[in-house]
This record gives sequence, structure tokens and C-alpha cells, in this order.
Amino acid sequence: MISTDPGASAFLRIEGLTKRFGSFTALDRVDLEIRPREFVCFLGPSGCGKTTLLRAIAGLDAQSEGRIWQAGRDISSLPPAERDFGIVFQSYALFPNLTVRDNVGYGLRSRGQGRAAIDARVAELLDLVGLPDSGRKYPSQLSGGQQQRVALARALATSPGLLLLDEPLSALDARVRARLRHEVKGLQRRLGITTIMVTHDQEEALTMADRIVVMNHGSIEQVGTPRDIYMRPATPFVADFVGTMNFLAGKVDAPGRVMLDGRAIACDTGTIAVGHEVQVCLRPEDVRVRGVVPGDANVLEVEITDMEFLGAFCRAGLAVAPGGGQRLSGDFSSNLIHDLGLAPGQRLSVALPADRLVVYTRG
Amino acid sequence: MARAAVPGPGSARLRPARDEIAMRVLLVVLGLWLVATVALPLWSLLSKSFQDFNGNFVGLANYARYVSTPSLLASFWNSLSIALVTTAIVIPLAFVYAYALTRSCMRWKGLFQALALIPILAPSLLAAIALIYLFGNQGFLKSLLFGNSIYGPLGIVIAQVFYCFPHALMILVTALAMADARLYEAASALGASRTRTFLTVTLPGAKYGVISASFVVFTLVVTDFGIAKVIGGRFNVLATDVYKQVVGQQNFEMGAVVGMMLLLPAVLAFVADRIVQRRQVAVLSARAVPLEPRPSPLRDWILLVYCTTIAALLLTILGVAAWGSLIKFWPYNLTLTLANYEFDKFDASGWSAYFNSLELAAWTAICGTAVVFLGAYLIEKSRGFGAGRAIVQLLAMLPLAVPGLVLGLAYIFFFNARWNPLGFVYATMAILVINTVAHFYTVSHLTAVTALKQLDAEFESVGASLKVPFWTTLWRVTIPVCSPAILDIFVYLFVNAMTTVSAVIFLYSTNSKLASITVVNMDEAGFTAAAAAMAMTIVATSAVVKLVHLALNTLLARTTHAWRRRTR
Repeated sequence: MISTDPGASAFLRIEGLTKRFGSFTALDRVDLEIRPREFVCFLGPSGCGKTTLLRAIAGLDAQSEGRIWQAGRDISSLPPAERDFGIVFQSYALFPNLTVRDNVGYGLRSRGQGRAAIDARVAELLDLVGLPDSGRKYPSQLSGGQQQRVALARALATSPGLLLLDEPLSALDARVRARLRHEVKGLQRRLGITTIMVTHDQEEALTMADRIVVMNHGSIEQVGTPRDIYMRPATPFVADFVGTMNFLAGKVDAPGRVMLDGRAIACDTGTIAVGHEVQVCLRPEDVRVRGVVPGDANVLEVEITDMEFLGAFCRAGLAVAPGGGQRLSGDFSSNLIHDLGLAPGQRLSVALPADRLVVYTRG
Repeated sequence: MARAAVPGPGSARLRPARDEIAMRVLLVVLGLWLVATVALPLWSLLSKSFQDFNGNFVGLANYARYVSTPSLLASFWNSLSIALVTTAIVIPLAFVYAYALTRSCMRWKGLFQALALIPILAPSLLAAIALIYLFGNQGFLKSLLFGNSIYGPLGIVIAQVFYCFPHALMILVTALAMADARLYEAASALGASRTRTFLTVTLPGAKYGVISASFVVFTLVVTDFGIAKVIGGRFNVLATDVYKQVVGQQNFEMGAVVGMMLLLPAVLAFVADRIVQRRQVAVLSARAVPLEPRPSPLRDWILLVYCTTIAALLLTILGVAAWGSLIKFWPYNLTLTLANYEFDKFDASGWSAYFNSLELAAWTAICGTAVVFLGAYLIEKSRGFGAGRAIVQLLAMLPLAVPGLVLGLAYIFFFNARWNPLGFVYATMAILVINTVAHFYTVSHLTAVTALKQLDAEFESVGASLKVPFWTTLWRVTIPVCSPAILDIFVYLFVNAMTTVSAVIFLYSTNSKLASITVVNMDEAGFTAAAAAMAMTIVATSAVVKLVHLALNTLLARTTHAWRRRTR
């Protein structure tokens, strides 16, 4: 048999990857391709298998089944030391007894480079992560954000082909985290290094990733750009996990039409057969209020039950009237609330824009 | 090139890297070493107990003879009762002392803690010698005993209490040091009295420490040889029986049976402790607030008086031994002299026994620390090979359940056997070193494991991702970070090698006689003052080593201050 590399076009190709711990299946036949220079986030709740997948790619935990190709090379059974990656752990795992400089130069020393070459490379890396003067310090003398950058510099020192980040920002304060998101992303773009980051923070994934891999129960739910994931979630799980989503129960009445509490709502029903029970999904910020006239298409009469103040906007709880059975929430800007004098107890008409509605079968 | 299709279930395994192969090989070597120095000798002992003089299998005949010999069986009960009585005395004494050290605002806590550890520096029989000076046939406090004799259970129990006190104290201090202040705040907010708080919060919190300390003391007493030998008189216990059977009567088969009987309570205590400890759940959650004791003048004063009394008693025992070693002829000529330290006048080996002890302690500490730490590293940090690691871990725990005398006896049978290619080490310094390392393996191993567990589990992963071989990370990171624990292990092995009597008493030869054994011999020959002098020499050496340890720790803390500061 002639070797035909199925992963030739992709930088990293994963095929049928399964990992079992006893009777528990942590990864269930995962297939994935990652393109060169891409920044990919594995996103999902804890226990979804995202870290297991990362560790299988690194060779730190062997998969039970399946194969992995990196840069055209089958690495499925290679030990970590024979793969080509740099890794940053959640704990950073900086060596506490070595200075920042020795930490960053740790992987360079055993490659037979001269001291001068190593020093130059270390200085370059410390410049790169914005810590040019911290070389003599020990990790315990740095802040969490600085330690994170040292760990990044150490992982990049040997110029690996693949950078793996295991929840690298989750141990940091919210403010530092937001700043480092930009720094890490900027660095990745400048170096053009293929990067995989594991995170449970959807905001992190949405702001940093070129593509997001949403995982649940050991399987991939959806792979797509942040915009895809947010606007066109492929499954109710993705819709619910990423951002806030309203779920309204209805029934497909005709192709492109769903009956919802006795109201006909136009939306893309795709291939769902007539008569099917469905969930109609809509983001709170897509609930429209301005310029809505009762009797328009896709308009619901609702009553405001409560308003939660969230700073720039309010999240209003809306009960669909009449019937009052279903509830949804809508995000209303301070301007809107002021202009229309919105308050709990008030009745109003809201529109559900057809192009923002996503429909899933129910049950 | 042919490439296999996607592999079937369970077939994908990582090809072990060169590093991992090296680690597995080393792990197997360590496992074989422990088999050869612990498991096989014990097996020899066990099989010997089923054989007659000529090596024929005789089933339970030896055991039947043991049970039907009243004098032997009596020793078994003697050992158990002595151990129970000592435990019942030591645990409350040490508990109050530990309570004072951890939960009061008493003054000079550090000093009291240091004083309480004095007995550890001495061979167990030092206390027995001191008691003979005080209450023996020539003792100046003999009248206090109202006609009772110190030679026998009374003397053994008092000496054992002295010897076991620091062992119980260390465990209880650890148990009491961990406390969640919030529980006490809750108790006082709910209006609980001091007594009720003590009974419902303090005692349950320290429960596992008390149980563990009890088992440790019980085992120490059952297995200790020196005290019963020196002050037991005609009161026989298991440990002295083994010695008599083997050294006195050359009855190796019966010696093996008594050895097995000695192993029994020790193993039972070990297993019981393991079972109890497994039930222990973490008392302290991550959010616990450490308890800061508040001053309470009356309580603090009472505890100060208590601790002073205990420390004074411990110092008295040591002081009497020291004084006795410096006196010309007790009790008739109390002039001070150094003559008792001219050991060659009392024992053929003279001072050379002391230097043998130093040599043994040094080799044990050097080789033992290296083997133990590397072994713990391999068990903790190698990946895969789960079954192999579990077996080696089990072997490393085994010595804790084996009394020194039993191990020493087992070595006679194993290394003396005609078929054994390792026989050449018999009657050399090497066998003493091997034996002592095995004897004290488990505690050292646990120290190393605890230190290694505190390291970030991903150090090795980082090393592998940077393509750095494991020994580089071991040398540049793991060993420096664990250096305090390594030093602890070194000193622990050194001091124990200086003071131990039980295992080595069967294994020394004329060229490798040890200081601690000379103490036994000189006491046996009636040279009590010289025995006390040799015991004091050992105490002084251990004390110097401990002081050097303290100094090195301070130095280490200072030089590594920059990176040992806790992160945030």
C-alpha cells in the first residue's frame, strides 16, 4: 500500500480519536482538521474532553483509538519528546528554583547551542513577551500575568511548530486576563504559529480564536468561526452554551412557518418536516421593539415581568400574552427604556426578526 | 511504506520514549533490590519456621512446640501487656504536651519542642541504664520503690515511656497543628463550653493522629530489644526471646518462630492503622482558616508547669546517664573521671566500635538517601507502567511493618544460606548498611513522596515538550526544590543508624561491631558506667548531626530565599 497522507492539506489532522478511562468515554471518535497558522480554541464545559484532546495531541496521555498527523507525519504513537510542540499549562509549571532567564532557556541548553546564542535567543523571547528586564528574577517574584508570559516564552523558545495552551488565562484576574488575550493573540499572529487553546470561557474563545471547536460529552458539537458559532449555532447545546439564548416551543405549521402560542412565526425551518415539535431560538439582543406595529409579521404581544439592570442595558423578562405560558428575555438599551418609558407590568409588541431565528427539532 | 489502518480498540499505545524505558529499567532494578533486601529475607524466615534443624519441612511442629512451652508463650503476653500499658501512659502524656505546643500561648514553645525530642538521639537502652543508676540495686532512689524492683515490667515501662514519648509527640503535634479556626468560632457562637468544644471539636479533629500515634508506640514497644535486655531482669518478652533462642541457644528454628510471633502484632498494628487512616477524609478544606491560639493566662501557666515537669524528667534521665558515665565507681566513689570513656578497657573493640558506627551511619545516609529519593521519584514521576509502580510502592511500604529484630534474623537466614550468591556480604559492613537502609526505608520513602507530591505535576511534561531528558529536569529542578526533604532523610537515616540495636545485633562481626551493640555488651558484662559512656557518645554524635542539620537548613533557607517565597 502506498502511503497517502490524508492530512496533507491540514497542519494537524485527527481521525477517529477515542479515549476511555475505564468505562468512561472521555473522547468519542473525534475527527478534526487544523490548518497551518490557525488559532483554534477548544471550548466546552468542564469534563467535555477538551483537555483530554489537547493532551492526546501532545502525547501526554495516549488515546485509546485513532490517529493524529502533524505536518504530514503520523505522530499517533510518538512519545511527547519526539513530537513538535510547545505547551503552557494552567499552573504554568515554571521551575521555581530557576531564574526567568534559565526557565526560558531551559529547552535551548540541551540542544548544544553556545551560551551566547542561548542568551541572545532568551533576550529576544523576553522582549517578545514584554519582560525584557525580568531575566534575573525568580518566578515567585513575578505577578501571575508575568509568570504566564514567561511560560509562553519558554514554550516558544525552541520554535515549535505547534503551540498548545491549556487554560492559560484562567488563573488570572479578570482585568489581566482581558489584556493578555490581546497580547497572546497578537503574538500568535506575528509568529504565525499554529495554536490550540483549551478554554471554558466563551468570551475568550470568541475574541481570540480563528475557529472554535465546541465540545460536549467527548464529542465535537460544532466547528466554526466565532461569528458562525454565535450566529448560527449548529445544535441547541452550542446555542445555549455560547452566549444567552431564548428557547421557545412551537410546531412546524408549513415549510418556513412555525406556530408559537397560536401565532404564526416565519423562519427558516430547513429540512424539518411539517408537524414536528421544534424550538425556536433567538438572542435577547435580537428582540426588536422600535417600529413594531401590532399585526406585523413575527410580532408577539408580551408583558414585562421584571427588569434586571446590567449596566449598559437591562435584561427584561417577557411573558408571551395571551397564554402567558412561554417566557423569553430581551436586552433593552437604556435609551430604549427611557424613550418608551418601559417598566415592569407594561404590555408591548416585540418582533422576532426572521433572519435571526434558529430552529431545532425538539425531543 | 505500509501504514496500518486505523487501529482497533485499545491497540493505540505510545511508543515509550528512551527516557521512559530508562525509568522503567531503574524501577525494575529498585523493585528487585527491595525484593532481595526485604521480601526474600522475610520469606527465608517464614520457611525456616516450618523446618527442623536439618532443613526438612515439618509443618507447624515448631509452632506447636512454641505454644506448648509456657515460658515462651508467657513472653508473648508479657510483650502485649507491656506495650498496652506503655501506650496508655504515653499517649495522654504526649497529647497534653502536644496540645501545649500547638494550642496555647505558653512561652518557650520551641525550646520545649526541642527538649522533648532528646530521646530520639539516644539508643533506647539509655533510659534503662539511667533507671538502673536511679533505682537499681545500688540506686540512690531505690527506697522510693517501696521494695519493688526496677528490674522487670516496672523498669521496662518507665524506660519505654521515655523512649516512645517523642515518637508519639511528633505525630500528635502534626495532628493538632492542623485546625480550622472557623469550627471554634462556630462552637463559641453556639455557646459551647470549653469542655464541650474540646470534646466535640478538638478531640475528633485529632482522632486519627491519636490512633496513629497509639499504633506507632505499641509497635515500638513490642519490637524494642535494648530496654528489655538491659532492665528486664527475669521478665521475658518476645524481643529478648528471639535473641536468647538465636544467640544464646543457637536454636534458629525456634528463633524463627518467635520472630514470626514478633512480626504478628507489628503487622496487625500496621494493617489496622492503614485501614483506619483510609477512612480519614481531609479535615482541612482549602478555605480553612488556620487557628491562632489566644492567650489564656491560667491555662498557659498550667501547661507551662506541665511541660517543664515533663522536660525536666526527660532531662533527668539523660543527665543521670551522663553523670553516671563520668563517675569513678557508683555509688561508692563519686569523683568525676573520663576513665569510663577509655572503651578498650571494657570491650575488645574499644573506640573502633564507635568509628564503625560512624562509618555505618555515613554509608547508610549516603546510599539510603540516594536509593530512597530516586526510588520515590521513579514511583511518583514515571508515566505508564502502573502495575510495576504499584508493586514497588508496596515493597517500599513493607519495612514499616517489620521489626528490626525480625529483619536482622531474616538476614541471617537469607544471606547465610548456602545457595545464596549474595552470601559474600555476610559479616561485612556492607550487610549492615543494606540492612539498615531496608530497616528505615519506609519513613524515608514517605518523606520523599510527600515532598515530590508538592511539586507541579507538569514539570516532567514541560521537560518532555522541550525535549530535555528526565535526568536533566531531575538534577536541575526536582532535587534542588526537594533539598530540605533530602536533608531530612539523610539526617533521619544517619541518626537511626547510630542508635539502632535491634536488626544489627544479629549481623555484626568482630570487625564491624557497632557502638550501640557495645553498649549492650558492656552492660551485660557489668560495665554499666562504660555502657552509659558509650551511649552518651552516641547521643553527642546525634546531637551534633542534628545541630548541623539545623544550621544547614537555615543556610539553605537563606540562599534559596529568593525563590522559596510563596507565590502570591
